[in-house]
Amino acid sequence: MIELLLPPLLVGLLLALISGPLGAFVVWGRMAYFGDTLAHSALLGVGLSLAFGFHMLVGVALVTALVAIVLTLPSSQRYFANDTLLGIMAHGTLALGLILVSLAGNARVDMMGLLFGDVLAVTWDDVRFIVAGSALVAVTLLFTWRALLSCILSAELSAAEGVPVERLRALLMVLLALTVAVGMRVVGALLITALLIIPPAAARRISSTPEQMALKASLVGVIAVSLGLGFSWYLDTPTGPSIVLAAVLLFMGIHTLAPERAAR
Amino acid sequence: MSLAPSPLLELQTVSLRIEGKLILDQIQLSLHANEIITVVGPNGGGKTSLIKLALGLIRPSEGKVQRRKGLRVGYMPQRLMVDNSVPITVERFLQLAGGRRAPIADTLARVKASAVRHAPLQSISGGEWQRVLLARALLRKPDLLVLDEPAQGVDLQGQQEMYHLLGAIRSETGCGIFLVSHDLHLVMASSDRVVCLNQHICCSGAAHAVARHPEFLALFQNSSAEDIGIYTHHHDHQHD
Repeated sequence: MIELLLPPLLVGLLLALISGPLGAFVVWGRMAYFGDTLAHSALLGVGLSLAFGFHMLVGVALVTALVAIVLTLPSSQRYFANDTLLGIMAHGTLALGLILVSLAGNARVDMMGLLFGDVLAVTWDDVRFIVAGSALVAVTLLFTWRALLSCILSAELSAAEGVPVERLRALLMVLLALTVAVGMRVVGALLITALLIIPPAAARRISSTPEQMALKASLVGVIAVSLGLGFSWYLDTPTGPSIVLAAVLLFMGIHTLAPERAAR
Repeated sequence: MSLAPSPLLELQTVSLRIEGKLILDQIQLSLHANEIITVVGPNGGGKTSLIKLALGLIRPSEGKVQRRKGLRVGYMPQRLMVDNSVPITVERFLQLAGGRRAPIADTLARVKASAVRHAPLQSISGGEWQRVLLARALLRKPDLLVLDEPAQGVDLQGQQEMYHLLGAIRSETGCGIFLVSHDLHLVMASSDRVVCLNQHICCSGAAHAVARHPEFLALFQNSSAEDIGIYTHHHDHQHD
């Protein structure tokens, strides 16, 4: 049994560890909808990989990274608010992705697995990609932490102090894209943003520094992934939704039980 | 070092247009070390744009903004909006600018904000924000200090304290100070030059010490008021 459970557990825990700090930035920077857009566009990555025959995770990583960079380009758009544009991008890429996937032949792809995750089907090949991706995200975050935090608190002040704000923003988006690629295997394209947002939101209540929030978010994520995988294994529930539900329960538990702080 | 030191900041006939609209018209301005320039002017006169140009946040449409090589800039914006989702204290916020070994306690004491050292950033008042932001700017040991309405929303007493502190910092560190004020007449007395900006530079000159003005002396009940100056505008032209 352990041989069957080891790859999914490894992948799930890695995802939880990196989405803690990265998710904290998503929450602080109000970028939840950016995350969603990247996740939707991941389906286009899947469609393209099937059409051109390369590894699915490579396709996903490339397309989401490309969308991430497009999203950071300064737009001269003045007719719509940002969320309208994000919505167009998200659903446009999702629709195109779904069509490409279906043209490539249903038999080869488990659509439910793509949308809601199927971590129990993870192979050692996926594990290698996911370990490399997570390590890249973790190391990059570690080295750019202070500058990223500065940018989130005030982009203008940081720019005046000589921080390369635009480049850091693009970097953050690329890291998000990588995490989406990794997370798609675990919780699926439709639920990956949940894993980015819920653990940091739960951790916020019990943290008094940004670093605490990032680390506790990782911890909440690790617990949610373990509980979710457990449910899924013993009760035969879908894995992605089980993990997300565990995270939501942890969020509710922490916010109900944690003492009201004097500090907001 | 050359005999005539190059200016920290020089705006060479700078114009700025945003979507075709002229915001700044041929601004010529230079700021040297140890010099304080106050920019006053009506709302919409281009003060904020001038600050952004000076900081390099936007590029001029015409002309050139020259900053001395390796210039360390300390910027004090009016106020930051920090999302409630970020758990961060004043101290940690200052560490981000100065590093963990920065003299944070001393700097906070200097700007009279020691009380909020461990407070969450979102809980401090407008006046405290300004002190904290000034502390942050100072922790960077700037050659050039750029301040956006440092005395906004502060009473005359607080304004005087702020100006006194800025004067002291200039004398100690020899940094240049570039500040913008919405008040057309009450300015920092130690300003070497006051520039009145309304799209173009309307007039510029020295500030006269308020201390000599009997009405202001009465206002302060003869306490020291020499940090606030009065600027009498001598416009040589009229706008319609």
